[in-house]
Amino acid sequence: MHCPKCHAPMQTYNRNGVQIEQCAGCRGIFLDYGELEALSRMETQWAQQAPPPPPGPQAYPSAPAWGAPHQGHYGHHGHHGRHGQRGFGRMLFSS
Amino acid sequence: MSATAPRLARLAALAAGADADANSEADPDPEPGPGPGPEADRGPGPGPGPDPAHRPTLLADRPDATLVRCGRVVAKAHAPDCDPDRLAVRLRIAAHPALHGILLPPLPLPPLPSPPAAGSDGLLHLLPDGRPATRWPYGLPVSPDVPDAAPWEETARLLARLHTVAPARLPGPVPPMRGPAKAARALARMRAATTRPAPGAAPPTSALRCAAATVERAWTRLPPWARDAAPPPRATALCHGDLHLGQLVRHPVPDGSWFLIDIDDLGLGDPAWDLARPAAWFATGLLAPAVWSRFLGAYRAAGGPAVRPGGDPWPELDTPARALTVQTAALAVAKAVAEGRPLDEDEWAVVDACGRMACAGTELADRSEP
Repeated sequence: MHCPKCHAPMQTYNRNGVQIEQCAGCRGIFLDYGELEALSRMETQWAQQAPPPPPGPQAYPSAPAWGAPHQGHYGHHGHHGRHGQRGFGRMLFSS
Repeated sequence: MSATAPRLARLAALAAGADADANSEADPDPEPGPGPGPEADRGPGPGPGPDPAHRPTLLADRPDATLVRCGRVVAKAHAPDCDPDRLAVRLRIAAHPALHGILLPPLPLPPLPSPPAAGSDGLLHLLPDGRPATRWPYGLPVSPDVPDAAPWEETARLLARLHTVAPARLPGPVPPMRGPAKAARALARMRAATTRPAPGAAPPTSALRCAAATVERAWTRLPPWARDAAPPPRATALCHGDLHLGQLVRHPVPDGSWFLIDIDDLGLGDPAWDLARPAAWFATGLLAPAVWSRFLGAYRAAGGPAVRPGGDPWPELDTPARALTVQTAALAVAKAVAEGRPLDEDEWAVVDACGRMACAGTELADRSEP
């Protein structure tokens, strides 16, 4: 089979049971009757089954609307550990 | 200076007291002198006497507490206006087996000329000036010089355990947690400092008056319970009431377990109040997000009930974190006025957060309140 657009030969691939022809030249894809619907159906099923992406360990914690835009100068290792003359968060040690 | 020589002498005697076995060479007549002196540090200082390690050392002298250490024992004079009956219950709670491994337990009083205060199980002594005094084991505090060694996870786990203690098991009546009362007191202190400066003190600068007005606006936006003007909507858990990094010690020194100390504000309340100071530090930019996440994650992993087990914790944290931010800002303004200095960068960060609270559309129901 040759590509209807650039006439290069087309290669057959199997995607989840659906035969897909892809052009070796222009990378265009040819679908047989019903194959687009089959792919759409599989995509829908996958989206329904997939769990929501878990928040990674690096996820930024939620903060209130009144929070500071740039957060956290204590607790960074190294460059911000000491802050001016005041040392490690004087406020962290008092009422 | 609030500490007088007689009070220091009584505290030193109380600390040395019945711990004569532990402090075997304690000075039989400890006399720290008229003031704290230059040796008022956290370690035993050099000096005359049979055993320098057991010379009385002034650890702290604030309006709300005076602490004298003698060897392995610390004697504490509590705030002049503290309620001795409620303090007695708090002491019995701290000594109760349900708090074992969570709160540092008080030590019994040595034999004294006057009997212990009623209802304190021999744990509370009234000084001649009327201030209640107690005895505690000495524990090693968190070092302000080593941020990475701060016990955030251990603190979170201690709080989770504290919050899950069944109040019905405890000596009673369990008093209310004093967090909201302390917030209201901080506002009163700021108002006094800005409207009635101490004799000889300079009047507040326009920047400080502006900061005070910002703090007041944020305060009025809080619900009544957070301003100590109504009972809290939930007061089911035993709470510390004044959590910060100065409230943790290792016992025995130097590498024992971490304990919570300072029971003056302990009581029934909303446990979110105890998480709200670290939450406020994170929100105002004083604490790195990663450290806040570690603290919150450890609290949740330990089954702490103050916030929902997963997801956004701010529905529970918002009100107490705002109250503690306002409290911190109010005390910062009061101190800056009293010392005739401007706010520093951290203090401005907290006042700025108060300014954003006044803009944010939270607590609409309270907007109409005076």
